[in-house]
Amino acid sequence: MTKLWINMGPQHPMTHGLWNLKILVDGETIVDAEPVLGYLHRGVEKLCERRTYNQIIPLADRLCYVSSLCFAHAYCLTVEEMMDLEIPERAKYLRVIALEMQRLTSHMTWLMAIGPDVGLITLLLYCLREREYFLDLLQLQTGARMNQNYPRIGGVAQDIPANFEHKINKIFEKFKVRVKDYHKVTNESSAFLKRMQGVGTLSVEDAIAYGVTGPNLRGSGAKRDMREHDPYEVYDELDWEIQVRDEGDSLARFHVRMGEMLESCKIIRQALKKMPDGPINVKAPLRPEGQSFRRTEDSRGEVSYYVVGNGGESPYRLKVRSPIFCTMNVLPKLLRGVNVADVLAIMGSIDVCIGETDK
Amino acid sequence: MSGLFDLGGWSREISAFVSGILAWIADLLGGWIPWFHDVANWFRSDAVIEFWGFAIAVLIMLVFAMINLLVVLWMERKLYGRLQDRRGVMVPHPWKKIHKGTGFLQNMADGIKLVMKESITPRNADKSMFHAAPAIIFISSVMAYAAIPLSTTFVLADLELGLIFIVAMFALSPLAVLIAGWASGNKYTLIGGMRGAAQMLAYEIPLLLCIAGVAIMAGSLNPMEVVAAQQRTSVLGVENWYFIPQFIGFVVFMVAILAELEKLPFDIPEAESELVEGWLTEITDIRFGLIFMSKWMKGWAAAALVVLLFFGGWSGPFFPQEVWFMIKTYIVFAFFVWIAWILPRIRIDQILKIGWYELVPLSFATILIAVALKFLSHFGMGWF
Repeated sequence: MTKLWINMGPQHPMTHGLWNLKILVDGETIVDAEPVLGYLHRGVEKLCERRTYNQIIPLADRLCYVSSLCFAHAYCLTVEEMMDLEIPERAKYLRVIALEMQRLTSHMTWLMAIGPDVGLITLLLYCLREREYFLDLLQLQTGARMNQNYPRIGGVAQDIPANFEHKINKIFEKFKVRVKDYHKVTNESSAFLKRMQGVGTLSVEDAIAYGVTGPNLRGSGAKRDMREHDPYEVYDELDWEIQVRDEGDSLARFHVRMGEMLESCKIIRQALKKMPDGPINVKAPLRPEGQSFRRTEDSRGEVSYYVVGNGGESPYRLKVRSPIFCTMNVLPKLLRGVNVADVLAIMGSIDVCIGETDK
Repeated sequence: MSGLFDLGGWSREISAFVSGILAWIADLLGGWIPWFHDVANWFRSDAVIEFWGFAIAVLIMLVFAMINLLVVLWMERKLYGRLQDRRGVMVPHPWKKIHKGTGFLQNMADGIKLVMKESITPRNADKSMFHAAPAIIFISSVMAYAAIPLSTTFVLADLELGLIFIVAMFALSPLAVLIAGWASGNKYTLIGGMRGAAQMLAYEIPLLLCIAGVAIMAGSLNPMEVVAAQQRTSVLGVENWYFIPQFIGFVVFMVAILAELEKLPFDIPEAESELVEGWLTEITDIRFGLIFMSKWMKGWAAAALVVLLFFGGWSGPFFPQEVWFMIKTYIVFAFFVWIAWILPRIRIDQILKIGWYELVPLSFATILIAVALKFLSHFGMGWF
């Protein structure tokens, strides 16, 4: 049988975002695959060199439209380290709450997207329904549903409202019940397991060698989470568990993310209880000098920023390491030999966001 | 048996009336051109009147099929809307002051929209085959309605091999899927068409074997006879619907008919997330609409087939036969909708594996069961 190159993208239901996956198929089996990026390149790193430090925060928000707060926060954290700035304790807790809420919405977006990928549109609508609750909470805290522009160099933009804890408790109780619904249509349905189990198996060695991070790495069995291993804010003071699965297939990555959602709920509740009173912001210098490098755990993996300041209003150089850009490298290895339909299960479980991949 | 479409009855009078009008017009024209008198005589002949009778009968069935299509489409959209915690279609109608809108007219609006769309033929397409495929699909699914009886009287063609005819009409559409997939000149459609062909081979066989099991029990391939047999052979005064003795066959048939309809757990020929829209990718405008319509027409026909074979057709107390038949088919169709919107799509190799390794052996088992029950009943030992 002759082999056939098929373009899955740039406009294709499989691509969540604007990119192209070229696959070489022999009948229904994939012989080779090649991700093509660059359709959404905006030159964010270069743009940053022309802006003041505060103007970069909204720009960092737009790196990933699904978990924008994580990127803005990682940027602020890096610049604060360059400035040797100690931010107030309350601001740290507020950041953790917002970050975990963002992780919840991001994982809900992933769960909602994996439904249509495997042909289960009902899951999409279920998840959209609950994601709305978390977006409402995020809006209460930050003032916006997406591109929140919430972290500031030296703290956060605003405090939480008075009835926030009450609302969170109500919504989390509801969410715990609804998670069972998701498991009913996914995990407990043999048709879903048929699609996900044993598909796209990624070994730990390969995952580490290719630079895969985040839930995808933890799904392969490596217990690595920047919140634990390079702690920032107050994650080391809170009690939570890293979700790890050893199988390394699509279902393992699915379980890791499902577990992380419940862990996020746990972290938010603890942070709300432990949060002290006090100021939420400190004054930051306008023209810092020096360089710094920080890494944080985004909802998709490890985000790291490298900032060099030369005493000017804007950074001399800014480098972003986005998790999915590195994960894309492993695609040809993952996709070789699988069925055409498996591309969906694999790409869905990897959780692609092109905004951050194609900076 | 005097049926609704019996040519000796009222439909003959209508057709004679239509023929009479045409003959009168021809006679008027005959005033100028004498040759038209011969035309008028031809209109009055028995053969022409009989032809009008057929035409009227077909028209009635076609109108029924179209109205039923609207109901079934609307039902599916409403049902899976509810399943997904939505309200489904809710487009307001002209009398929106009385009621906020059930969305029943949404399908009409969609149809009108599709008529107005641009008709695109791809440059690489094999033009004649590309245009033939939607026609084949639509015609075959409308023709299946000819042999479906709604009651002992409401049937267009009381065929001796009616079940075979209906399944044959179903089996035509995968051929058109393959034609459309190949003729579009697109890689996605090609893969979709090939998948359609593979799926047909795997599911047509268990489907036919299950029908054979029922036919052995009923002793006929005529849907009328099958229903009559279910009413006749009763256990303890309860009608013996074949889904009890033929339970395995019933389950296999349900799975196979879902695959035949390309409904969601088995809609791999048009897997929308991996193949864009599969074999339908290049088809636009009302040709897409025709295929879309025929999908739901076949959906109801499949539900009707399930009811005829396994749920005693139109038998039921109090209500007229047609009402019972429609209630049963809508319930079966609702079951199809429920299955389709709660299960993810299954992969092509898994589908073929289910078809060849599980359904075909099970359908042979149904034939064995049918033969055994028939054998026992000859000695007065069987209930069936």
